[in-house]
Amino acid sequence: MQDLINIFVRSIFIDNMIFAYFLGMCSYLAVSKTVKTSNGLGLAVIFVLIITVPVNFLINKYLLSPGALSFISPAFANVDLGFLSFIIFIAVIAAIVQLVEMVVEKFLPSLYNSLGIFLPLIAVNCAIMGASLFMQERGLQTFGESFFFAFGSGIGWWLAIISIAAIREKLSYSNIPKPLHGAGIAFIITGLMSIAFMSFLGITI
Amino acid sequence: MDENKPVRESIFSKTNLKPLTDPLSNNNPVIVLILGICSALAVTAKLKPAIVMAISVTVVVALSNLIYSLIRKTVPPSIRIIVQLVIVSFLVILVDQILKAFVYDVSKQLSVFVGLIITNCMIMGRLEAFASNNSPWASFLDGIGNGAGYGLILIIVAFVRELLGSGTLLGYQIIPQAFYNAGYVNNGLMILPPMALILIGVIIWIHRSFNKELIDKN
Repeated sequence: MQDLINIFVRSIFIDNMIFAYFLGMCSYLAVSKTVKTSNGLGLAVIFVLIITVPVNFLINKYLLSPGALSFISPAFANVDLGFLSFIIFIAVIAAIVQLVEMVVEKFLPSLYNSLGIFLPLIAVNCAIMGASLFMQERGLQTFGESFFFAFGSGIGWWLAIISIAAIREKLSYSNIPKPLHGAGIAFIITGLMSIAFMSFLGITI
Repeated sequence: MDENKPVRESIFSKTNLKPLTDPLSNNNPVIVLILGICSALAVTAKLKPAIVMAISVTVVVALSNLIYSLIRKTVPPSIRIIVQLVIVSFLVILVDQILKAFVYDVSKQLSVFVGLIITNCMIMGRLEAFASNNSPWASFLDGIGNGAGYGLILIIVAFVRELLGSGTLLGYQIIPQAFYNAGYVNNGLMILPPMALILIGVIIWIHRSFNKELIDKN
């Protein structure tokens, strides 16, 4: 339990997807014009992350990692399908995003309307693929760990996009140099927020 | 590619070179179109991984543009995204295996960011916007141009960060020992992630002050 909470808090604040690894920057900068839409995108990212990362975790553990196939027959003990992980992860993500979109549209139309156009875009959001690859690289051991890692990363991303959107809404009233309008100032603010988030470094629970 | 040379204008004519030179400044994927930042900034703390990353992305974007442009007329529009993803992931797997075989230490430093080339918005953007309705040769040049434009920004950022942050370039000591003896200290902040963002912001600022037409209206 302790280490699950630790993973959760770590992935929100210390290994924050945006401030520490710059993952999902494209949609982060493109969509963060108003708080309302950023909230929708952030929730969609959390939603897709907590489904795709545990699924990819199971695939990685039982199919792709070295010796994983030995449960079929001892003859496969030396098989390492790790080189296939990129293509399988992205295929799983694309398929699940499609599936989630259809399920949400059918059963939760109000949620579908609020997430709307963001769901299909998420398939190519680096944060989703990045979380799956980090899950593989850091060697998370249990299903619970991968779930909490995904949940924490999603919340971290949501937190980041909501804060930048709130700042950018206020920013439209301030007098900044013309060439910095739009993307330039957004980068610099993200950098400053990133410095602020670095104060969480070293926290362990 | 030379076989389609006699059909239309020469392969290095002005129209063909436009996609090659345009992305270097006026249509730069990173600082003007704001694409492909996801996998860009985290590798810029040192110059060497940034150069390797720039070359890998250029190879992937150029070859995927070429392949997709060759099959663009046979792919049904409804499944084009998944076809693009398959082409790109196939090329990224090749690049990843080559990096692991020949420059293992750099491949370790790049870690997950090689895999993240797949979801690099710039590559999907070029496939969608250019390769899906242009000839293979023009698409190939467009890929090289965009890769170079992307690499240029990466290398500028990495150059500044490594020089000011560690006093080295490509691992060689640049700032002489005499400076350190006189009290010069490396700027530790440059190594940390936030400076990559702030440097990109500053590059955008400088670039747009010289290219007024790129300034955001609102």
